[in-house]
Amino acid sequence: MSKEIRLKKGLNINLIGEADKVYASVKPTKRYVVKPTDFHGLTPKLVVKVGEKVKAGSSLFFNKYDDKINFCAPVSGEVIDIVRGPKRKILEVVLKPDSVIDYKQFTTASAKSISREQIIDSMLKSGIWPFIRQKPYDIIANPSDMPKAIFISAFNSAPLTIDNDFALYGMDELFQKGLDYIVQLTSGKTHLNIDGNTNPSTVFTRAKGVEINKISGAHPAGNVGIQIHHIDPINKGEVVWYLQPQDVIAIARLFTEGKYDVSRIVALAGSQVKKPKYYRTIAGASIANLLADNINDGDIRIISGDILTGQHIDVNGILGFYDTTITIIEEGREQEFLGWILPGLHKFSASKTFLSWLTPAKKYSLNANMHGEERAYVMTGEYEKVLPMDIFPAHLIKACMIEDIELMENLGIYEVSPEDFALCEFVCTSKIEVQTIIRNALELVRKENS
Amino acid sequence: MKLVKNILESVKPLFVEGGKLEKMYPAYDAFETFLFVPDHTTKSGSHIRDAVDLKRTMAFVVLSLIPCIIFGIWNIGDQYYSAISAESNFLNSLIFGFWKFLPLLAVSYAVGLSVEFAFAISRGHSVNEGYLVTGMLIPLIMPVDVPLWMLAVSVIFAVVIGKEVFGGTGMNILNPALTARAFLFFAYPSYMSGDKVWVHGAGADGYSGETILGALASNTASWDNLKWNFNDALIGYIPGSVGETSFIAIIIGALILIFSGVGSWRIILSTFLGGYLTALLFNLWGVNFLMSTPAHIHLLIGGFAFGAVFMSTDPVSGSQTNKGKIIYGLLIGFFAIVIRVFNPAYPEGMMLAILLMNVFAPLIDHYIVDASIKKRLKRVN
Repeated sequence: MSKEIRLKKGLNINLIGEADKVYASVKPTKRYVVKPTDFHGLTPKLVVKVGEKVKAGSSLFFNKYDDKINFCAPVSGEVIDIVRGPKRKILEVVLKPDSVIDYKQFTTASAKSISREQIIDSMLKSGIWPFIRQKPYDIIANPSDMPKAIFISAFNSAPLTIDNDFALYGMDELFQKGLDYIVQLTSGKTHLNIDGNTNPSTVFTRAKGVEINKISGAHPAGNVGIQIHHIDPINKGEVVWYLQPQDVIAIARLFTEGKYDVSRIVALAGSQVKKPKYYRTIAGASIANLLADNINDGDIRIISGDILTGQHIDVNGILGFYDTTITIIEEGREQEFLGWILPGLHKFSASKTFLSWLTPAKKYSLNANMHGEERAYVMTGEYEKVLPMDIFPAHLIKACMIEDIELMENLGIYEVSPEDFALCEFVCTSKIEVQTIIRNALELVRKENS
Repeated sequence: MKLVKNILESVKPLFVEGGKLEKMYPAYDAFETFLFVPDHTTKSGSHIRDAVDLKRTMAFVVLSLIPCIIFGIWNIGDQYYSAISAESNFLNSLIFGFWKFLPLLAVSYAVGLSVEFAFAISRGHSVNEGYLVTGMLIPLIMPVDVPLWMLAVSVIFAVVIGKEVFGGTGMNILNPALTARAFLFFAYPSYMSGDKVWVHGAGADGYSGETILGALASNTASWDNLKWNFNDALIGYIPGSVGETSFIAIIIGALILIFSGVGSWRIILSTFLGGYLTALLFNLWGVNFLMSTPAHIHLLIGGFAFGAVFMSTDPVSGSQTNKGKIIYGLLIGFFAIVIRVFNPAYPEGMMLAILLMNVFAPLIDHYIVDASIKKRLKRVN
């Protein structure tokens, strides 16, 4: 039985710089990078050396603690550099691409003719497996687990993010094919959650073999963690897998074409982009070509991912493995005279302490300024307004701060991810780094349980 | 503006690491961030942040106190002129009141902030904004004729014992402003009780400066026979602590707090409700004049309204869960009236009720959170 869920809590932040729904074309990029740091908790073990030639789909490194999980080259070419950080930690495997991509060929099979084990095996070998992530902990799924359900959120609710209806337009058949394989991975249900605020594309509404749930409400309604919490909450010991709509397409391509093809559509958005549009690129591609002549001068911040959770990267940075949006905003490194006492007509706040509440529909150009210094907790009830979960956010965060694992478990640590707390971090009067606290706590609990 | 910035920049090297006054950096930082919102940008997590910060929030509480401050200042003068039976106009009363109020405010801020800065410097953390509000609340809950040295001592006690020993703003168990008042009332009871301190000039010409609660507690006259009526209590032409007399001014403040989201409507409403229902209950009993005072009058007189709006809503010392806030408020209202009617020696129950519930707020939250934990565990089994 599919569900219809209306969330009353949350917050939509209206920002300028939304990507126009047109594709822009750019010169191909000269640099591809696979970053082990895109995957939380991964200890990589290299299988390639500098100077080695690889095909798209050739393994570059694997998980030291589960050697079945491969991470592959997104394009064919030559490994030109391996960047290491402190303690020789591998940060980047850099590839120089060939002019025409040479794909490693994997076996194809129809969804009906192939067993669960074969599907998993194929996904592991081809490097497509890391698209399947699990909750709790927000890490790559363990292929030996049996998830109680699989979740796909068909929409993003965070500001300036990609519109999947547009990005997957016309891909109905391919999307359905991908789903046919995915539903076999769980003994339970596969949930496809669509946006209840709009009329989603037929790609999603006509999908078969899955439960289609309608979720409406403000951000974070599109976050898969919130959806899981309301549809099939995670208890201790249970595992749920999740993936994004474009990942479903990549899985479909693997089984129908036999290719590790991680080409994807991204939205380039934000107040500092001259012409925000959609682009076709590949996971791991340098974004320098997308930004050329398209960003404003001055002190800017480039984010791979959405504005609330993404990674801070530089102009030659790399599109993250899971990211489908690049956001560019002002850095905002200026001091404002008596800013805390001015009326604040142009300042966005979830509280009504600035006169900007007079213009609720206004779109803002927010920068990365903290707007204050970190303080001890003083205000209460702020987080509850933006977190549509049956959880006491402030109590959970305090339990995380003191690293009390039993209390964290009791308060629902298994149900949360840093991204679900992004709005809590945004509204926090005391400027507490909430997402970092949750991420560290999840890592702590994971290590304790493993 | 540029000039101020240049001055700050020129003295900054003294305070940063390696400078002569390195240890004084928290003091420098407090001034700099007071004048300029700092240029820090986000490092991790959400790249954008809400424009609100603790300074803004605290400034809003002070803003919501302005009606009470203005009315309180005027009322000091007005009460004085009626005590000496002299004619007065609005402006005279305001000016007189201003000169009585200013020393209280100055002592409260000067002493309190000195202690705050001293602790910030000795601990090397930034000066917290909490005292912006506490420093304003303290003179408003004091009788106008409190000696300044007593005020100073109670402020030091409140900031050190009420707050800093627990780790500063955000860590305290009791409301610091009420701690100051409680200290004063228990340390100098002979001075504080009675009818001399509430109205400047009381005692001259045999004028009694006793408060409504004091009059009712002496059990000599019922509410109907007092010289004040409903409108006096509503508007605030009555003796009492500086800021607590005008119900209307307090409600304006309450609306600002509730609308801006700075104060919890749950606490404010449930406190009034708890007080009203309890007073209604005692009306049925009615063995003394405080019990028989109409329930709605109980909410207007004494410190009830001021406490409900500005004291019980302190987010640090109050209950933190939404359900807990309602229970917390109801109990404050309940205890305030209970203490009033059963303790004629100490008719101002609001202060004690809030301090009592400050202590119990974590317990209330504990049970609320525990219920949620049990619900989660039930789902597994």
